Amino acid sequence: MQLNSQGVEDLQRRYKPFLITALIAFMVLGLRAWHLQIIKGEEFSRLSKHNRIRIREIPASRGMILDRRGRILVDNRPSFEVLLVPEDIVDMEKTAEFLHRILKITPEDVGKRLEANKHRPPFKPVRIQSDISRLHLALLETHKLDLPGLIVDVAPRRAYAWGDMASHLLGYLGEIDRQELRQSQFREYQMGDFIGKYGVEQKWESFLKGIDGGRQVEVDAMGRELKVLQRVESHPGNNVFLTIDLDLQMTCETLLRGKEGVIVAMNPQNGKILAMVSHPSFSPSLFAGVINHDDWETLIRNPFHPLQNRAIQGQYAPGSVFKVITAAAGLEEGVISPQEILSCAGSYRFGNRTYRCWKKGGHGKVNLHRAIVESCDVFFYQVGQRLGIDTLAKYAKGFGLGKPTEISLSDEKPGLIPSSEWKKKVYDETWYGGETLSCAIGQGYILVTPLQLLNAISAIANGGVLYLPQTVERIEMANGKLVKTYPPIPMGKIPLSPGNLMIIREALYGVVNEAHGTGRIARIKGMTVSGKTGTAQVIALRDDVAEEDTPYKHRDHAWFVAYAPPDNPVISVVVLVEHGGHGASASAPVAREVMKKYLHIIKEEGKSTPLIARRKEVDSLNSRGSIR
Amino acid sequence: MIDRRLLTHFDWPLLILVLTISFIGVFNLYSATFGEAESNLYAKQILWMGIGLAFALFITVFDYRFYRDLAYIFYGISLVLLMAIFVYSAINPEVSRWIKLGPFFFQPAELTKITIILFLAKYFDRFSKRDGYLLRDLIIPFTILLIPSLMVAKQPDLGTAISLLLIGFSIILFVKIKWKSLVIMILGGTSILPFMWNFLMPYQKKRILTFFKPEIDPLGAGYHIIQSKIAIGSGGVLGKGFLKGTQCKLHFLPAQHTDFVFSVLAEEWGLLGGFILLGLYLLFITWGVNISIRSKDRFGTIVAFGVVSLIFWHVIINIGMALGIMPVVGIPLPFMSYGGSAILSMMAGVGLLLNISMRRYIF
Repeated sequence: MQLNSQGVEDLQRRYKPFLITALIAFMVLGLRAWHLQIIKGEEFSRLSKHNRIRIREIPASRGMILDRRGRILVDNRPSFEVLLVPEDIVDMEKTAEFLHRILKITPEDVGKRLEANKHRPPFKPVRIQSDISRLHLALLETHKLDLPGLIVDVAPRRAYAWGDMASHLLGYLGEIDRQELRQSQFREYQMGDFIGKYGVEQKWESFLKGIDGGRQVEVDAMGRELKVLQRVESHPGNNVFLTIDLDLQMTCETLLRGKEGVIVAMNPQNGKILAMVSHPSFSPSLFAGVINHDDWETLIRNPFHPLQNRAIQGQYAPGSVFKVITAAAGLEEGVISPQEILSCAGSYRFGNRTYRCWKKGGHGKVNLHRAIVESCDVFFYQVGQRLGIDTLAKYAKGFGLGKPTEISLSDEKPGLIPSSEWKKKVYDETWYGGETLSCAIGQGYILVTPLQLLNAISAIANGGVLYLPQTVERIEMANGKLVKTYPPIPMGKIPLSPGNLMIIREALYGVVNEAHGTGRIARIKGMTVSGKTGTAQVIALRDDVAEEDTPYKHRDHAWFVAYAPPDNPVISVVVLVEHGGHGASASAPVAREVMKKYLHIIKEEGKSTPLIARRKEVDSLNSRGSIR
Repeated sequence: MIDRRLLTHFDWPLLILVLTISFIGVFNLYSATFGEAESNLYAKQILWMGIGLAFALFITVFDYRFYRDLAYIFYGISLVLLMAIFVYSAINPEVSRWIKLGPFFFQPAELTKITIILFLAKYFDRFSKRDGYLLRDLIIPFTILLIPSLMVAKQPDLGTAISLLLIGFSIILFVKIKWKSLVIMILGGTSILPFMWNFLMPYQKKRILTFFKPEIDPLGAGYHIIQSKIAIGSGGVLGKGFLKGTQCKLHFLPAQHTDFVFSVLAEEWGLLGGFILLGLYLLFITWGVNISIRSKDRFGTIVAFGVVSLIFWHVIINIGMALGIMPVVGIPLPFMSYGGSAILSMMAGVGLLLNISMRRYIF
């Protein structure tokens, strides 16, 4: 190793300036310490006793959620909250006893809240209860002076103007947890903040949140504010305008009242959701404050899973609705021509098993058109057999089934489109031909979510484009300035040639409008509709038991998908009534009412002022609607 | 590699000095986290100190010119690790600066502080110019310096990025630039500042603005500075005593075991404690400069100076921040702040100093 010694001398002169700089820098630090600790020592000493300087937050008013016409769905209301400042509490026992006597909060609950917040600085207020009554407020105010550390404050809380309506779509809030606090997207948040935990509240959190303000205050030994040193105003969050229509949503809610099921309506021309109902639902206002333990237990223990958004999380067999896809695949692959006639004698023999048609006597001689119109099982057994499962699966995926639609809502499920490869992987078994037959009529392993089915039928309705289902139309600032709009996003095209698409569409028209069509009940006076019924078997039905005698939980789910008007559709709908029995009787009338209502709405809308002219009205609503 | 002659030249005073500061640091950490969920932090710190010390001694085993030969490779490794952080944080948004090694979190940016010193020392050793460097001689060193600095700033870790730049600039000034080149460099530097400004994260911009006008963020950094000043100021001449600091115990101090350890010390030990610590750091710096002066080898001279500047800038910025006269950027106080990666890099620096010191008679 060589040594570079001749390059050293020239560096010798460089130390002096550095040492002088270092000395000066250290002297500055020393002088500053002397200044703080000696000259201003008294003052800081006073400030440090009982720690006089605190931050009191001024929470931002969360943005509102409105419908597509600017009608308020969610805004804020004032809530009186009880808070404790652990550091200022003098007599914990007395305080706990008082809270128990007046507010009926058990000392254990108080302990639990304090425990949950114990890693926060002890001078930060801990929320004990939200939404106390005016009577309690008065009692607390009078006793506040005897109980240092007890604070009553007013904070904005969520108000859901229409109760349970669209609860799955709107979502709910909850206190941020420790795990979430560690994520970089929540960098600006702190313990005790409310964040969207579900639905639009969750997915549009960053827009809705707003910017919290606060006051830097000097307090006395009891924690009372003496003076405000600094103040930062809060900025309200942005308002989110949904694509749903309040009137239509209300109609859908009424139609499903007392049932378990789903209605989703969409504008098939752009993928925007017009209504989304999943029943049973829940009341999002339960989550507006600190959620009550019992309420939470009741919700999660409910056997009908009210917290589940069935439109995107419910996975069901599509039943006969799937025949549309089997037909499309058959036509595209050329295994069946529109003219070919197959006969149905009420059952079909494959291997050593008999596969029945839903119509015991059989449909006789049917072509593809009639097979869809009358929903003939035997016809589609044969088409499915000619296609094979893997070809069928390819087409089903082409229609967007078996994978999430990527709608921006929490926890969407993908459904399931089986293939021979899938079965090998999951069950380590080969695929049986008979299973293809079940799949061809939408039973067997196939699972879809209602939204997937709606999206597929919307693509047929609009001429072949699969759109991303969207729930938000635009975002505005509190003062009405536009922040963001959401244009339609095409996600792909269904694998169907224009000619074959026409054949399918004519058949769907026939389902509702032709003699023997299974969806005739969905006809609307003065308006034509196209659609397809479906019945998803929950367990294999026995012939000899009448539907009414089947136990409720074993009854079939009823499907109906539809769009109207057939030529240039403005609405597409999916209806699923759980355990509703046949699609035709349980779901088709519901879909009819939804379409009727919407066609009425847009007719009225055409007559009255256009949306743009209504903007002023919306703005005035905005300024009234939230606490500032 | 190590023979008796080297042992007799071992720099015991330097080692004792470092151990003294570390001992104060552990004591102080014990108080800072006393009664907390993480009250065993001081024990972890002792463990890190032990590992760091072993690392420093290991570094002294080989002649430091061996590190000169490997300098470019070390630099390359630290770049790869920084790159890995980039990829890692893209996959896992919860992570932005750390690589997890078993139960430990490792911060590659800290390692870069040392590899930058080695790289620049090797470069200026190879191309020595007695009458000063021209601007075009500095293109490579600047590039070498800016790449990791920008990557670290993007993590976002503004504090470490700034310390990398300061160490690099100190070395460049030390090896002598021509006056004309220096003036152009300063002018050029100030003209790219607005560009650099755009590169910063909003919260970093806020922090820098807060330094000049703390009142613009009375709820965040402004509040932290006020609380740190209250802590230090209320300490008075002799302090409130061990474990008696109320500012720290009541969590008014942010990051009391990392960025604001000095405030804890000054609250409990007062002006006296603060002055003693400052004195020890000053002693370290003059001692280090002495090692640099006495080295007969250009590479060793520059490395020793680089390590001294590393300690110097960390001390000035960290304590200056706690005293409210420097921006609030997260920079550890050498041998005092909690943090394994920082301790390891500082101790590696100490190892290099010891190494250069004990081989000062070799020709």
